[in-house]
Amino acid sequence: MLKDSDRIFTNLYGYHDWRLAGAQARGDWDGTAAILAKGREWIIDEMKASGLRGRGGAGFSTGMKWSFMPKQSDRPHYLVVNADEGEPGTCKDRDIMRHDPHKLVEGCLIASFAIGARACYIYIRGEFYNEASNLQGAIDEAYAVGLIGKNACGSGWDFDLYLHRGAGAYICGEETALIESLEGRKGQPRLKPPFPAQAGLYGCPTTVNNVETIAVAPTILRRGAGWFAGLGRDKNTGTKIFCISGHVNNPCNVEEEMGIPLKDLIEKHAGGVRGGWDNLLAVIPGGSSVPVLPREICDTVLMDFDSLRAVRSGLGTAGIIVMDKSTDIVKAIARLSKFYKHESCGQCTPCREGTGWMWRVMERLVVGKAEIEEIDMLEDVTRQVEGHTICALGDAAAWPVQGLIRHFRPELERRIHAYKGRGGTSLPMAAE
Amino acid sequence: MSAPFVLTSDNEALAQRIIAKYPHGRQASAVIPLLDIVQRQNGGWLSREAMDFVAQRLDMPAIRVYEVASFYTMFNLKPIGRHFVQVCTTTPCWLRGSDAIVHACEKRLGIGLGDTTADGAFTLVEVECLGACVNAPMVQVGDDYYEDLTPETMTQILDDLAAGRQPRVGPQSGRKTSEPLPGLTTLTDAAVQTGGTD
Repeated sequence: MLKDSDRIFTNLYGYHDWRLAGAQARGDWDGTAAILAKGREWIIDEMKASGLRGRGGAGFSTGMKWSFMPKQSDRPHYLVVNADEGEPGTCKDRDIMRHDPHKLVEGCLIASFAIGARACYIYIRGEFYNEASNLQGAIDEAYAVGLIGKNACGSGWDFDLYLHRGAGAYICGEETALIESLEGRKGQPRLKPPFPAQAGLYGCPTTVNNVETIAVAPTILRRGAGWFAGLGRDKNTGTKIFCISGHVNNPCNVEEEMGIPLKDLIEKHAGGVRGGWDNLLAVIPGGSSVPVLPREICDTVLMDFDSLRAVRSGLGTAGIIVMDKSTDIVKAIARLSKFYKHESCGQCTPCREGTGWMWRVMERLVVGKAEIEEIDMLEDVTRQVEGHTICALGDAAAWPVQGLIRHFRPELERRIHAYKGRGGTSLPMAAE
Repeated sequence: MSAPFVLTSDNEALAQRIIAKYPHGRQASAVIPLLDIVQRQNGGWLSREAMDFVAQRLDMPAIRVYEVASFYTMFNLKPIGRHFVQVCTTTPCWLRGSDAIVHACEKRLGIGLGDTTADGAFTLVEVECLGACVNAPMVQVGDDYYEDLTPETMTQILDDLAAGRQPRVGPQSGRKTSEPLPGLTTLTDAAVQTGGTD
């Protein structure tokens, strides 16, 4: 198990002072100017060497992403922090912002410096009102003592940091939808290319990073890339905040080493599965967008990007949704289909129409009111949505359904047969 | 024709601070924050006059403001009760019993989802994931989250609100935030600097 001395978020649960004095006692803002004095190249190289992969879900190399920003440019550069946390199963950035906000504020300065940005916007979901209040408090404190603002930390770098509250739209967690929203429009994703590093906020070079990604950067740079890279596994380095929800005895957030076995995580920190490990039915390991895993895979799988990809799921946001044997698994996934239908921005036809269609068929499958062939038809529709939309919401809506069919097809068939056995008549096929 | 919408002086100052966050000529970026201000001033919903005010203030076509107001779920286009009860029912909350929380609300308030009580005190709605999944089931009332709910604690919260009492915000189970309820499994090493108690 990860040693406490290797944990980054030492106030994860808010037991201690989140304000500047407490944060400084925990080591934040220590030698920030010296880090900046080492220069952009050094910071980006160090981030690359640490192996840090983005903590928002996609898992792209952070140092690499920062290096995509132009070295010289006649336009302003921007850092935009994605704090629109809303992936079902995920509530880690919330704890960072309300309990350790100075880690994020310091990270914003360092990352902005590294990409040549004089301004940074943190886009926080509107519902996180109290979290925004703490974060704004931290920003105000940092301005008041010169850690940010003109000549930030005495480094010679002028830097402004602004908090921007959203207003309730899951899609704004998609980076280009977030930029659209920040510019004052509906949150509808943009076609890429151009990528934000070329044309992002206000058409200027922009890097969009997740809260956790930015908040771990100062500690990595202080303790060294080698320290971070020495934790976890090859290409899956460092620590990660895991959110364990659903049918466990003690749902919780916890910072652990990347690559920890899922079973250890659940048993050591979350008090085990309700009714014991043998009562486990399935786990969604990385937020609602990744495919569900049946128990036999959960027995041994490791919690990192590559291990979960190898079992055709994903680490995503590391929001772990645990379901015991009392769960109506079809209903659990159908509820996610309803979520994606609600959150589709409506821009692309396959997603706008497909999410509603998938949800309606899923609702019929909950009661078995369907034909056996419709399982394959549903699978086929998910493939027609996946990869055919501007952003990844279409994929995210498709994958949970694909995971259900892949691992729980016998249950779907059982319900259809049972419904017919009760004399139920189905609709004409796919007449949604 | 209703009277035009006017900001209070405090809100006008707040609006100016917000608009100043964005580059010159990019004031449309302030549309969501300004809609939030006018919605709060207007008792929790956006009237046509309130949206038109924002359009004029930010020099935006009114239709662009209506588009934004209708796209984002936190904007209400019709009046709501004084206490806006939003029950999360997405899968992580559903697994922990959000159906029973919805039923407890419906029973205590005597209304269904989407309805407002006759006295205008409560509006009850179902919402998608609010991002507090390890504290499920949970609801948001106004700006505050109430977490680790049971039907009993949910009912008590509604009783308190109805009686004009402020319930304790956050987990109702006895834990402070998102730590394991029976006790910490990490961050117990006294040698790790913690920065004092909150």
